[in-house]
Amino acid sequence: MKSASVRTRREILGASALRPDGGPKVQGSFAFSSDVWADNMLWGATLRSPHPYARIISVDISEALKIIGVESVLTAEDVPGKLTYGLIDADQPVFASGVVRYMGEPVAAVAADHPETCRRALAAIRVEYEVFEPLINPEDSISGSFPAIHPNGNLLRHQRVVCGDKDATGQIVVECEYEIGMQDQAFLGLEAALAIPDQDGLGVEMIVATQWLHEDRKQIALCLGIPENKIRLTLGGVGGAFGAREDISLQVHASLLALRTGRPIKMQYSREESFFGHVHRHPAKIWIRHHASAEGMIIKIEARMVFDGGAYASTSGAVLINAVTHIQGPYRCANAVVDGFAVRTNNPPCGAMRGFGVVQACFAHESQMDKIAIACGLSPVEVRLRNAMRIGDKLITGQPVESVAPVERCIRETDAIPLPPNMTLSPHELSIPGGSGRTADRQHIVRGVGWGVSIKNLMYSETFDDFATARCRLQDGIVTLKFATAEVGQGFVTIAPQIARSVLGVDTVFVDPTDTLIGSAGSTSASRQTWMSGGAVDGACRLVRERLFEHVASQHNIDPLQLEIDDTDIVDTLGDLRISVAQASSGVFFEETFEHHHRPTTDLDANGQGNCHVAFAFVAHRAVVDVDTELGLVKVVQIATAQDVGRALNPLSVLGQIEGGIAQGLGLAVMEEILMVDGIVKNPSFTDYLLPTALDAPDVVAVLVEEPDPQAPLGAKGVGEPPCISVTPAIAAAIRDATSRPITRVPVRPSDICF
Amino acid sequence: MNVNIVVNGINTKGDIEPRMLLVNYVREHLGLTATNIGCDTSSCGACTIHLDGESVKSCTILAVQADGGNVTTVEGLAIDGVMHPMQESFMQNHGLQCGYCTPGMVMAAISILKENPNPTEQEVRAGLEGNLCRCTGYHNIVHSVLACAGKN
Repeated sequence: MKSASVRTRREILGASALRPDGGPKVQGSFAFSSDVWADNMLWGATLRSPHPYARIISVDISEALKIIGVESVLTAEDVPGKLTYGLIDADQPVFASGVVRYMGEPVAAVAADHPETCRRALAAIRVEYEVFEPLINPEDSISGSFPAIHPNGNLLRHQRVVCGDKDATGQIVVECEYEIGMQDQAFLGLEAALAIPDQDGLGVEMIVATQWLHEDRKQIALCLGIPENKIRLTLGGVGGAFGAREDISLQVHASLLALRTGRPIKMQYSREESFFGHVHRHPAKIWIRHHASAEGMIIKIEARMVFDGGAYASTSGAVLINAVTHIQGPYRCANAVVDGFAVRTNNPPCGAMRGFGVVQACFAHESQMDKIAIACGLSPVEVRLRNAMRIGDKLITGQPVESVAPVERCIRETDAIPLPPNMTLSPHELSIPGGSGRTADRQHIVRGVGWGVSIKNLMYSETFDDFATARCRLQDGIVTLKFATAEVGQGFVTIAPQIARSVLGVDTVFVDPTDTLIGSAGSTSASRQTWMSGGAVDGACRLVRERLFEHVASQHNIDPLQLEIDDTDIVDTLGDLRISVAQASSGVFFEETFEHHHRPTTDLDANGQGNCHVAFAFVAHRAVVDVDTELGLVKVVQIATAQDVGRALNPLSVLGQIEGGIAQGLGLAVMEEILMVDGIVKNPSFTDYLLPTALDAPDVVAVLVEEPDPQAPLGAKGVGEPPCISVTPAIAAAIRDATSRPITRVPVRPSDICF
Repeated sequence: MNVNIVVNGINTKGDIEPRMLLVNYVREHLGLTATNIGCDTSSCGACTIHLDGESVKSCTILAVQADGGNVTTVEGLAIDGVMHPMQESFMQNHGLQCGYCTPGMVMAAISILKENPNPTEQEVRAGLEGNLCRCTGYHNIVHSVLACAGKN
């Protein structure tokens, strides 16, 4: 597909326009939030609990305050407003009060003249704990056998989905329990912010790397006990996000310290602190039983899904809903009995990560599809084609899949991609499992091929109106756009000008700073910004175009409905008028703001029925792996994929999302897991938490399936999450194919292959 | 301790604590913030710079070890406002998304081509193994390096 990414003369929609921030980023002039400084600023730092579960007997800050250079030490007593925050349920304390519920929970914060002074001050704070046995088994949270560790109880959410005939059976019955480990988003740019107090001490300005400025502002305002309009947030350069910046991390702490000291506060986490400072992907256990006909058609799904939400709710409830409503995969299924539980434990809080609950469900349903295929004597491709969802089919929630659902095409296009050549008899050492250690022997290396196909919802669900706002101004042939959409690397800063150029026939487009001086854009998550903020930019530009046409029409005494944009001109479709947009907008300006709202959704009822999702995207992955069966090492050789993108507004950007998402899915398949023992995190560093390197990243052959979605403002579906969803089960299936081992958990460890 | 380090062709001086890492000297003492810190454990390579012509992770070197040395950061690559071909190649080949790894990647990539002007794709991948990227899956980074070497 690379060759298809031809750049057109004008960088309009469909062109592989380059990132406007590419120049500053390669030259180092792009300011990440960690690069921002202020005169007279102090450094902030956080004291965190070393225990997963303990009662705080006392906190003594007196010694810390004596250290020269320490300006302030804050604890729970110093929070002026709401004592807790959270995205859905505000159940997480700004600072622990009375009890700590996970290793790494904030207990105090300091402001001092230097990071080293901060470190000494944190060490000087005396916290006396009475350590309790932690709640670490999610089943204890479900059964109620462990006393509540939080006033809201140990069960975060239970959702049942029942549809069709719950007594239906099939000739083929396959069941298994699957397990998914805790993955970290592991963005490279560590959490960082600069908080600057207003001169009157009544408000604060913050430059911060986040996914959703307005939600941050709302939560900060509540905890500070001041109106939202006294807080202004500007997006600092964001070094990746992947869900980990959706929750509050250091925002409230930095703001509190700034207001208390009256001086700018810079906070930034170390990598170790980052592991404790943001939520992770939920570890999950999924028991699932499929009933199918002898021909491999799915008749019924039964499942029990348990998601460990850790100590605080974050987005666990929404993650769970995604999991239970996607457990059928992109396949027809008339009957289902599904129970999902998101529970509280003394493990680190879990929340949003790319794929948001669907990753876990997909590993289970795709592993099951292969079991059905084996039981029925079908190929992995055939069993999926026979069950592939089509437009009009229903989810187990009763929601019909509308608009565009090219599941079969995604599978066929992927299947048509040539397999890679077999490994040679004497391969290069870097191409074999284990890499340059030269530990694998050629005769122990076995190749396997596996499949994964997925469905992913786009935008927020369950009645949430996650609208997006954008403003467009046209003057002298130049467009200026304004929105609060967080650019986290995904490329909205590229897409937005392409939209304006397409709608308004201009070439020069500026984007104003991203801040809270305009309405919310919603979160950069749920694969939603191209659809939502793209829709808002498109809407604002169309309004401006109407004004421009009215202006031109009145000057020439014609009907504005006769006018249209042709390249960079306005033309009269019924006459001879042709005038450039630059000329037509010379000396006047038009400015319009537009909010894009997606169609409304509903809640789920007690049986999990309801049209709770907005839209869906589909993708197929085929993995080819080489496995050293003696050492249990895996090399992912190739990922073939065909993704339902609706319309590729920027093919180069779409491919970048696909390739990056696949690397993250590979990480979950064979490398990445936060390891815990009794609630203690054992590997909070990049030396112990392993990320895919350039040598681990497989060859990727991608096909973009373009069937424009009429429900999407620009025809384009979100492309961020699908790449990392079904690639993980595809790799696991390939390992299964190579080794005949059951492979019921990811990440796959050497011991899962060898013993 | 006093140090004298040439950074991007300019003599710099500092009276610094012996424990100061070179990356902190560059970022905080000189205010050259292009060089990023991503892990603190010399795993990610975001802080890769050139010291006396060799690429090094500047979080693994004390500033005092660079005393008398010659440092280049990504800010010092452009000549008379013209980007280094490797910078241009990363920009043209979409070799970045969030861009946090980019300064380190560019510095590491320049070293790869200096040592081996005509690398294979696998040699480029091996050369970049010490630099993590979480956004791109490395494909366009590898393309950028190969394109800079005249290969496509």
